[in-house]
Amino acid sequence: MNAVKFLIAAYIATWVIHGFYLTTLVRRFSKARRELRELGKEK
Amino acid sequence: MKRLFPILCVLTAAFLAYATYRNLAVAPTDALQGDVYRIIYYHVPSAWTAFLLFFINFIASIQYLVIGKPSARSVMKWIVIAVGVLGVIATYLPPIKAQIPAGMEPSAVATTVLMIPAFYFVIGWLFPGQKLDVLAVTAAEVGVVFCTIVLVTGPIWARPVWGIWWATGDIRLTSTLVLWLIYVSYLVLRKFSNSAQTQMLAAALAVFGALDVPLVYLSIWFFRTQHPQPVIGGGGSMDPHMLQTLLLSWMAFLCFAFLVCWSRFHLELLQREVEQAHAMESLAGASASPSMPLSRSTR
Repeated sequence: MNAVKFLIAAYIATWVIHGFYLTTLVRRFSKARRELRELGKEK
Repeated sequence: MKRLFPILCVLTAAFLAYATYRNLAVAPTDALQGDVYRIIYYHVPSAWTAFLLFFINFIASIQYLVIGKPSARSVMKWIVIAVGVLGVIATYLPPIKAQIPAGMEPSAVATTVLMIPAFYFVIGWLFPGQKLDVLAVTAAEVGVVFCTIVLVTGPIWARPVWGIWWATGDIRLTSTLVLWLIYVSYLVLRKFSNSAQTQMLAAALAVFGALDVPLVYLSIWFFRTQHPQPVIGGGGSMDPHMLQTLLLSWMAFLCFAFLVCWSRFHLELLQREVEQAHAMESLAGASASPSMPLSRSTR
């Protein structure tokens, strides 16, 4: 059956979605930390 | 927990890798669908994880709605206890038992009902005050990610098996899409509304949104649908090796979801800290501003 490509596509899609979400989390973390550091300096 | 986090990440990554290896290489091939059925090991655990996270969001939202209202809180506590006790008793009453779909064990229904008071009290104890709202937004956001995976892997699986990407009008598929849309609107509301009532409005939306979860879950029993019957807890006849692999895959996904939720929870706390710092800065600026015109006029 040539359906294996669908299996591979589903597994890749799952990790692409998770990877994308984790990247947004890391970005938001670094943004929040930077802002907090800047606010701390201003004080 | 901070020191433990990297170790847990490595362990979870290893667990996920092992589960994926079992999904692809150890679990037997399905006689009808061939290897493409292995999508089940990502599709179903993602759905179960999403349901669990939406359930946590529901419980945290209920608790948040009654926060600061001692009488409402007390009433809610007794309602939850009554739901648990009466639900379990009702499950074993012959007229109700007769309504339970064939293959679904009454003990499974009773356990599910008992999860409501159990989660209610555990969440209330572990996440006091504003942390309930932080937990609610965390569970909703991570739940949406898992639900997105369900909605993406489902059509990819349906194409070779059913011959179509999406069965239009199918209740299971439509209700899952509606569930996803409800929680996306929940997150959009939280992101773009600046009203002081946003958290309360979001909690109310989450309570109504959670009503779609039982509809999604039970739709395959009560409606004619193209979606297959459940593989466990519903009279499914899944091979024990496949079932073992499926449960192992779910455990791996649960560990992963826990770590993602932990990170998202701390991100939300950090963002609130930033917002608070900005507010304090604005207040300090406002209190300092009256002296500005005075100093200018004296020049």
